[in-house]
Amino acid sequence: MTSTIANPLALIAELTHRCPLHCVYCSNPLELTQRSTELSTEDWSRVFQEAAALGVLQADFTGGEPLTRPDILDLIRAARSAGLYVNLITSGLPLDEPRLEALVAAGLDHFQLSFQGAREEIAQEISGAKAHPQKLRVLEWLKRHRVAVTLNFVIHRRNIDQLPEMLALAESSSASRVEFANVQYYGWAFANRDSLLPTREQLTQSIDFLKKAQERLAGKIKVEYVVPDYYAKYPKPCMGGWGRKLMLITPNGDALPCHAARVIPGLTFDNVKDRALREIWEESEAFQKFRGESWMQEPCKTCDRRALDFGGCRCQALLLAADATATDPVCSLSPQRSKVDAILNAIALVGAQAEACATKEPSIGSDAPMASESLTKPDWLYRPNPA
Amino acid sequence: MSIDLTSHPRLAPGCRMNEKTQQPRTLLMPERALRLNGPSLEIVERCDGKHTVQQIITELQQLYSQADPTKVESDILGYLALLQKERALDFES
Repeated sequence: MTSTIANPLALIAELTHRCPLHCVYCSNPLELTQRSTELSTEDWSRVFQEAAALGVLQADFTGGEPLTRPDILDLIRAARSAGLYVNLITSGLPLDEPRLEALVAAGLDHFQLSFQGAREEIAQEISGAKAHPQKLRVLEWLKRHRVAVTLNFVIHRRNIDQLPEMLALAESSSASRVEFANVQYYGWAFANRDSLLPTREQLTQSIDFLKKAQERLAGKIKVEYVVPDYYAKYPKPCMGGWGRKLMLITPNGDALPCHAARVIPGLTFDNVKDRALREIWEESEAFQKFRGESWMQEPCKTCDRRALDFGGCRCQALLLAADATATDPVCSLSPQRSKVDAILNAIALVGAQAEACATKEPSIGSDAPMASESLTKPDWLYRPNPA
Repeated sequence: MSIDLTSHPRLAPGCRMNEKTQQPRTLLMPERALRLNGPSLEIVERCDGKHTVQQIITELQQLYSQADPTKVESDILGYLALLQKERALDFES
């Protein structure tokens, strides 16, 4: 059967929603998949074969925490023998050095290790777990094994001022790439957003700092920075466009165009246990929903940028404007941009209060809050571990 | 970040080509893939830690004898610089 739809390039294999951490910025959906419904090794092996036949080049093993899968070595071998490049997106738990050696021997190409900060205290607050010392051990082991290493520091208001320390940690490691990735506001991050968004001033300073770092480290370490798109002028071309470059398989086998797609009402997702991957990619209702331009509203419909950013993110349009067909409200051309500005103004106020407290003693009877924002732990919504 | 002609470029850990049976030939890296056509495939195949940069240039100038050798050299150096920026190459002495 001929098709004018280009092949996907990457398969995001969400192997499980189980995870030893409880990060307040997790992009998993609020409703986590139960272990009993997870795909088997055989299911995944077939998915990898079908993905490679469809032209997929890379598999991203993610979750939850992919290392909680007892069959992780079989999964790596299956993906490699299908002809895929294997990325592991991991917290580094649970892991010991022999197991790391086995992952590499099984054919793992790329090990991406997450960090919640450079200091144990903030890491523990954000992840709700004592995981930081383990990550430092993993960094040492990685120096002794031949695998591509990326460190991914998740950035937000509570740790953005510690960038120099985080960079120093990266430079002391064997990582060839480091990503400073500002939280993107979906799932648990969306629920905790008002405690996570950086101020505009924090963001500007971080961009300056990392630009210099990129230049200094060029050819030695590839430094990448992802900013929160609430502060952008134009939206991100989310996932490279709906149903254009990537497909995500959830732990129970549902095929989604992206990790947040379940927030969009009225979408039905095909499952890899019921339908071949090629058919899902080319024909499923969920993948077809926002392909092309016929679904676009103004201003996207006639915008010069529509082939560049595809109107931004459908899930974000749903979350912020209650309409998945609307222009992504972070776009400066969106009629709903003022919603985003209001959120940023509230963040700026919090930032200003924190500054004020940091620089003066509160006196009896003053209107200033008694504790600065940076000293008070927010009321976090922590991600639980599904049964 | 200038390239030493006497160094031996080698694909960095986790940077590899897809299988010989897979078409199109592609250089796979963390979160990036580069399609390899004639000249770029010839360059990447020689990034084995055994060829010096100068040897790669000389061999490709012979392979593409119809092309202007100066352009072949600058194209190769440009491509190696791109791979270096992506951290896809280690330059060994």
